[in-house]
Amino acid sequence: MRYLPHTAEDVKEMLAAVGVKSIDGLFECVPPEARRERPLDLPAPLTEWELRDKIEGLAQGGDWQVFTGAGSYAHRIPALVPYLASRSEFLTSYTPYQPEMSQGTLQAIFEFQTLISRLTGLAVTNASMYDGATAFTEAALMAQRCSKKRALAVSELAHPHWRQVLETYLAAIGDVELLVLPADAQGRTDYGPLAKLDKPAALLVQSPNFLGVIEDLPAAAEAIHKLGGLLVVGFAEAFALGLTKSPGSQGADIVVGDGQSLGLGQGFGGPSVGLMSSKQEFVRQIPGRLVGKTEDAQGRRGFVLTLSTREQHIRRSKAVSNICSNAGHCALTAAMFMASTGGTGFRKLAQVNLDLSEYLKKGLLGLGFKPLGDAPTFNEFALTAPKGFDQKREDLLGKKILAGLPLGAWYPKYEGVYLFGATETKTRADIDAFLAEVSE
Amino acid sequence: MSAEVKVPGQTGLILNEDLLWERGRQGRSAMSLPESGVPKASLPAEVAGDGPDWPDLSEQQVARHYTRLSTWNFGVDTGPYPLGSCTMKYNPKINDALADLPGFVGAHPLLPAEAVQGELSLIHDLEAYLAEIVGLKATTLQPGAGAHGELCGMLMIAAYHRHNKTRRTKVLVPETAHGTNPATASMCGFSEIQVPLGSKGYLEYATVEKLMTDEVAGLMVTNPNTLGLFETELHKINQMIHDRGGLVYGDGANLNAVMGWADLGRLGIDAVHINVHKTLSTPHGGGGPGAGPVAVSQALVPYLPGPRVVKEGDSYRWEVDLPLSIGRLHGFHGQFRTLVRAFAYILTMGADLKRASELAVLNANYVKEKLKDLYDLPFNQSCMHEFVFTNAKQEPHKVSTLDIAKRLIDLGFHPPTIYFPLVVHSAIMIEPTETESKEDLDAFIAAMRQVAEEAKNDPDILHRAPLNTFRQRLDDVAAARRPILTGDMG
Repeated sequence: MRYLPHTAEDVKEMLAAVGVKSIDGLFECVPPEARRERPLDLPAPLTEWELRDKIEGLAQGGDWQVFTGAGSYAHRIPALVPYLASRSEFLTSYTPYQPEMSQGTLQAIFEFQTLISRLTGLAVTNASMYDGATAFTEAALMAQRCSKKRALAVSELAHPHWRQVLETYLAAIGDVELLVLPADAQGRTDYGPLAKLDKPAALLVQSPNFLGVIEDLPAAAEAIHKLGGLLVVGFAEAFALGLTKSPGSQGADIVVGDGQSLGLGQGFGGPSVGLMSSKQEFVRQIPGRLVGKTEDAQGRRGFVLTLSTREQHIRRSKAVSNICSNAGHCALTAAMFMASTGGTGFRKLAQVNLDLSEYLKKGLLGLGFKPLGDAPTFNEFALTAPKGFDQKREDLLGKKILAGLPLGAWYPKYEGVYLFGATETKTRADIDAFLAEVSE
Repeated sequence: MSAEVKVPGQTGLILNEDLLWERGRQGRSAMSLPESGVPKASLPAEVAGDGPDWPDLSEQQVARHYTRLSTWNFGVDTGPYPLGSCTMKYNPKINDALADLPGFVGAHPLLPAEAVQGELSLIHDLEAYLAEIVGLKATTLQPGAGAHGELCGMLMIAAYHRHNKTRRTKVLVPETAHGTNPATASMCGFSEIQVPLGSKGYLEYATVEKLMTDEVAGLMVTNPNTLGLFETELHKINQMIHDRGGLVYGDGANLNAVMGWADLGRLGIDAVHINVHKTLSTPHGGGGPGAGPVAVSQALVPYLPGPRVVKEGDSYRWEVDLPLSIGRLHGFHGQFRTLVRAFAYILTMGADLKRASELAVLNANYVKEKLKDLYDLPFNQSCMHEFVFTNAKQEPHKVSTLDIAKRLIDLGFHPPTIYFPLVVHSAIMIEPTETESKEDLDAFIAAMRQVAEEAKNDPDILHRAPLNTFRQRLDDVAAARRPILTGDMG
C-alpha cells in the first residue's frame, strides 16, 4: 500500500523498541465490549488507474447548459488560480498556529480580509466561514450578541436554503421570535411588517435577493435602525458588487456572502467559502479566525492569528461560535482570483455578466415571458412563463439544458414562475441558440 | 543520537514579497476579459456603484506573489507534521485530481437528480462506507467541518429529547475535550458539566455515574481521548447513560487510532463526526475546507439533516419528506469536492484502513518509547495514535514548551500541538500518523533529543528560536492589543 511506508522489518524493529510482541498487543487497551466483531466490509482496494476510471464515471453534472443561478454560478476560472492554489505548501498545511512557518498562509489571508472588506464596504473581515448559508446564520447570532436582543426578521427573498439553515440553528435554542418579511409585487422585500417586532436584534436580507432583484438597502437600514436593530446583508453572487454600491456604504452593519463566484467552481454545491464582514465596533463578537498584522523579534512586518479569546479553543463554552476549521483554502483561492481580475477586471466582468443576462431577459420577454416587476436585477431574474413552457423545459432536460428553475417548490405564490440567469460563460450565440430552443 | 540520522532543518534563500496592493498599478490584468458581444446594459443610478478598488496585477506578478508566499509555509509535503489531534497524514494527489474533474467542478447543485446520478451514488455509497467504518446505522454528509458535525450531532440529540418530551438542559463534557465540544453544547442551548479526569487519564464510571441526572441530555466524549488513551470504561458509562435516558455524542477527531478495531455501535455511541481532513486524508488547506460527516445510531436516524439521497432500484433521488429531521445545515449538499477525496481514499485503502490505524498507533508508541527518557510522560502507558509529554524535565533550565516547539521549527519539523489538552500543564502532544516512515520518525526523534540536550547546555538557543525562518517570533500581544486586520490600500 503506497501510503503506508512500513516494511516487515520496520514493524519488527519498532515493535521490539516498544516492547510488545505484535500489533495486536498495542490494542490491548480496547476492551472486548468495544471491539468490532467482524472485519471492515468495504470494497477491495483499487489501483490509482481503477480509481480514476470509477470516479470519472461519476462526474456527470459538469457538461450541462445551465440557465439559472439560485446560489451557484458558472464563472470562468483562469488556469493560474487552481495552479497556484494547488501548491502543497498551502494545500497540505494546517491552520497557522505556528506563525513562523505559516507566513505564506497568514499574509494571503490578511490580503483576503482586506480585499473582501473593500468589496463589502465594512472595516473587519474574518478568515472565512463554511459557506454563505452558515455565514448568514452566524451573522444572525452575532447580531443578537451585538444588540443584546433576541428577535430576528428575515426576508422571504433571502435564499430559501439559507433561511432553512438559520431555522435549524435556532430550533435548538428555542424561544427566538423569527419574523419572515414578505415580498412586494416588484420582487423586493416589504419592510412594513418589521414594526410588528418588539426590540428586534436584526433584519436579514439578501441583495441581490433570490429572485436576482437588487434590494432597496437604504430603506432596509432605516427601517431596522429606527427599531434599534442591526442590518445584516447577504449576497450569493459576488459579481453583483462589481457594479452596485457596497452594502457597507448603504447602512449594513454585518455583510455576509458566499464566495463561490470568486474562482471556486460550482462543485455540486461545495466546498465554497462563507464571507463575513462587520463594522469595527463589533470586532469582538465576530466568529471565526482573524489574521492581524504585527512585527517579529527583529521588527519586521509579519502576521498572526489574533483576538483568539473570542474562540472555542480559549473560551470554550463562552466562545462566540464553535467554528474551528473554516474554508481557508477556498479563501486563499478566492484571494488569488481577486488578485487575477483586479478591481478593473472584476468590474468589467461584472458588466459582461449584466449585459448577457439582460440580453437573455429581453429575449425571453420577446417569447411571451412576463417579469414580476421592473426592479433592477443582476445576473438572474424571475419570469412568469407562458403556457406550455413546463413541457418545453422537460424536453430540454433531454438535451442537457436546464431552462430555469421553477420557484413554486419554494414559494407557492410563484407557481409558474421560473428563475433564469446567465453569466460570462455564455456567449451571445449560446443565448440565441437557447432562445431558439425555447421558442420551438 | 546515532551518527547517521540527520535532521532536515537548513537555511536557504528566502525572498521578500510585498503585499498585493504594494505591487498593483491600475490597468493591468492577470485574466482574459471577454467582450460581451451584446448591447451594454446598465443599472439605475440609485443602486449603481463603482465596485471594489482592488489592485490590478499582471499574470506573472500574481504567479510570483503566491509562489513566494508559499515558500514561507510548511506543509505535510514539506516535512513531518506531528501535530497532536490533527492527524496530519499524507494527502494523496490522485484524490485532488479527481476532486478537480470538470464534471464535478462545473456541476450545478440544483440539477435534476437524473442528471447527477453519479454524484448522488457517490454520496449514497460514501455514507454507507462511513457508517460501516464506525459501526453505526446511517450518515449525513452535510456538515462543513468537524465542529459543524458536532453541532449537527448535538442538534439531533436536542431534537430527540424534545420529541420525547424530556426536558434536559445539561451535557457532560470531560475536561480533556476539545474546546469545540463545550462551545457546541452551548450553541444548542445546553449548559456544560465538566467531568474530571480519572487518575489514569481516562473517564471513570463512578465519576460519570454521579453526574448523570435526569437533567442531563447526554455525554460528549472523544475516544481515544486527547491524551491518546482509549476510554476503557466507556462501554459501561454509555450503557448507564442510555439506561438513564441520555444519549452519547462521540467526537471522532481521533478516529484514526481505531479503524477496524473499535465498533462505536457496540460501544454505545449515538452520533459521531468524522473529520475527513484528519482520518480520511483530505488536505487541511491551511485551515479548511474540511468536512464533518456524522454517523448515527438507530435512535437518531429520523433526526438526520435533509434532504437525503435514497436509492430505489438502480437509481437515486432526493428524499425531502423527513418529518423529524433537524433540517438543513449547509447551503447545498455539504463540502462535496472534499468528500470526493475522502471517497477516493476509502476506495484506495479498503479494509487496509485497519492497517493504517495499526501503524499510526505503532508510530506513536515508537516515538514515545524512544523519547520518554528525556521528556516527562505524565501518563506512562501504551498509547493509541498520539501521546502527551510535558516540559517538566526542561523547566528547571527555564525552557518552556513553546521554546521546545520553536526550536523544532529550526530543525525542520512542524511542532507538536502545544498547551493542549489543558488538563496537562504545558502539554506537548505528538501524533506522527501512519504515513511517516521509520527514517523520518528517527529524524524527528533525533531532533527532539537534540532539543533536550540543548535545553540543558544551551537554553538560549531555544529561547531565541526559530532563527532560520522567514520571520522570527511574532508579537501576538501587540497584534491583539491594537488589531490591524486589513491593509491600508491607500
